[in-house]
Amino acid sequence: MQATIVEAVNDALHTEMAADDDVIVFGEDVAESGGVFRATDELLEDYGETRVVDTPLSEIAIVGAATGLAMYGLRPVAEIQFSGFLPPAFDQLVTNASRIRWRTRGELTAPIVVRMPYGAGVRALEHHSESMEGAYAHIPGLKVVAPSTPHDTKGLLLASIRDPDPVLFMEPKRIYRSFREEVPEEDYEVPLGEAAVRREGEDVTVISWGSMMPATLEAVDELDADAEVIDIRTISPLDTETIAESVKKTGRAVVVHEGARSNGVGGDIVARINDEALMYLEAPVERVTGFDTPVPLLSMEDYYFPHSPRILDAIENALSA
Amino acid sequence: MTENEPTDHPANAAVSAGEPRFLTQDDLTVDTHQIVEPDGSYDADDVPDLDAEQFRDLYRWMLTDRVFSRRMVSIQRRGELGTFGSTRGQEASIIGSAYHLQPEDWLYVGRAWTPMFMRGVPMKDMILFWRGIEEGQQSFAEHNSQIAISIGSHLPLVAGLAWGMDLSGDDAIATAYLGDGATSTGAAHEAINFAGALGVPALFFCQNNQYAISLSADEQTGANTLAQKALAYGMDAIRVDGQDVLAVYEAVEEARERVREGEPVFVESVTYRLDAHTTSDDPTRYRSDEEVDAWEENDPLERYREFLKAEGLWADVDHDAIVDEIEAEFDAALDAANEFAEREIVEIFAHVYEEMPPELQRQYEEFVDLLDRRPELYDYIEQRPKG
Ligand SMILES: Cc1ncc(C[n+]2csc(CCOP(=O)(O)OP(=O)(O)O)c2C)c(N)n1
Repeated sequence: MQATIVEAVNDALHTEMAADDDVIVFGEDVAESGGVFRATDELLEDYGETRVVDTPLSEIAIVGAATGLAMYGLRPVAEIQFSGFLPPAFDQLVTNASRIRWRTRGELTAPIVVRMPYGAGVRALEHHSESMEGAYAHIPGLKVVAPSTPHDTKGLLLASIRDPDPVLFMEPKRIYRSFREEVPEEDYEVPLGEAAVRREGEDVTVISWGSMMPATLEAVDELDADAEVIDIRTISPLDTETIAESVKKTGRAVVVHEGARSNGVGGDIVARINDEALMYLEAPVERVTGFDTPVPLLSMEDYYFPHSPRILDAIENALSA
Repeated sequence: MTENEPTDHPANAAVSAGEPRFLTQDDLTVDTHQIVEPDGSYDADDVPDLDAEQFRDLYRWMLTDRVFSRRMVSIQRRGELGTFGSTRGQEASIIGSAYHLQPEDWLYVGRAWTPMFMRGVPMKDMILFWRGIEEGQQSFAEHNSQIAISIGSHLPLVAGLAWGMDLSGDDAIATAYLGDGATSTGAAHEAINFAGALGVPALFFCQNNQYAISLSADEQTGANTLAQKALAYGMDAIRVDGQDVLAVYEAVEEARERVREGEPVFVESVTYRLDAHTTSDDPTRYRSDEEVDAWEENDPLERYREFLKAEGLWADVDHDAIVDEIEAEFDAALDAANEFAEREIVEIFAHVYEEMPPELQRQYEEFVDLLDRRPELYDYIEQRPKG
């Protein structure tokens, strides 16, 4: 079928709820109204009110209770309505979800999935636009996933629900409905922890994920050189090998992300390139990122996240150095 | 703070043998304060002591709230705003509660704009805010008020503001408006408990408008009322009919007296959000037309009109002229908002810190340079001063 990213989320949830009775879906407005983005549409009709639950407005309890349910053997898939409302529950991720396995020496585990739309560019209010994967990827024990295509969305979400560890699944809402592609009807997984090479090339490696992939590909299309584009897909744990192999081949790299620059994921990727491929580098690694500011409110948010000319500029810089 | 010594409070003294007795929420009767009944009848002895001008003023502000909501929804539909959340149906609750606010009081709201107008915030700035222009919020702050978008996040701030008032010996109160949904957040519980424990001049005004987006109030909590929750936090509470502006006025007046003495109070105002949660919501998915119709019948403005008629005050109210005046005020505010200055890139970087750190300064300069070198970037950037 042809599907958008948000339809692929919905399809993955239907697929896994049908396959596994232990999967339960909950969060604010997910059941009766099918989610503010319709990501959980028709789940209530198909699986009933014990498995698809509208919860009180309680981010702490949504994430904390998901962890408890998972310790008890269920497979909770919780929705946080917008990524800016996860911070109250940050404590539950840090204090409990990410540490249960370690704390109990593997006796108890917390295989939860917390899904949430993230990123700027949809004209929303304050706290609806952030891209804080860097903060979440900093939590040991938590996996952080950010798909950029409908096909990957379904496969990565199925893999996340089946994953034995807690997964934060960040959905790029700016491109939720911006394109369709073929998404297989059947069950398939895209493994966590494996980057995808979206374009093969020899001259420069461009690394990106989630909401920034379309702009990255657009920039590469404008380029007079042969770029290799890597979509890392899983931010934590990161597929260092695919990145390092590519940089060894091209000798140049650019990292593109939407979140703020300082202490962001880009800095970590540059460090890994230094660790694994420093001697192959022919130019300093460039970073194209959001600014170290809150995401502006809607009137100026388009200035904030990198558009393709900004990415193109950095790639050309890396090529000319 | 008192020391940890055993208290001789009677509740701690009673001891019972035999079967343990459950203390249930049904042990508690929570009345809903009301002055004017839905059909407009009332007992003249119960009417708060206001003069004719104040009675008419309450009506005028309620109408302001209604007209503002209507105009905002309509300009949103024309693409001139981002999302907007109407307050239609909640006018009595909003105005009755805010009528007492003094300029030195602090006001932190979820969904209640008109109280900010009542304290001098220009309508233009509210339009700017809903257009996602940060500058609108500067004048909110100048008038000791703010809007919280992260639900419940403002309650701990209000507890702190009230604590500050207490420490400074100021004769002011800090008021948080919140919704039924907000009462489920962790921040609300911690803040209300904190205010109760410290005994600070905070007023928590909860508009139970029956829904938090699609979730109905009875699914939001297992408790019979929201008001009763305050008791667990050592705070007194009032439950009031939020469609009755005089009852809300009186309840909050009494609450304010107590708050000024350092006893925080929680008020639950029972009302209804007649419009959608916001302009991007479709309420037909979760509530019935019959339910909405029943609340349309329970319109707070209608009820108050009946009261004004009975008091002989209605003859002096020219409803249509007031609407025209508010419309004209809105038109002028819209014009002023439309003339809001062209945005400067530095606005994104300003006010993050008092002094811009070198790295941020570098990011700003690089960006300005890039825009200069690659003007095609502007093709991707939609400046949206008009929403
Ligand atoms: C912490 C948080 N979680 C989720 C949201 C998304 N959201 C916006 S309004 C709303 C419902 C709020 O209901 P209530 O507190 O009753 O206030 P009302 O809008 O009905 O006045 C939700 C869930 C949010 N803004 N903040």
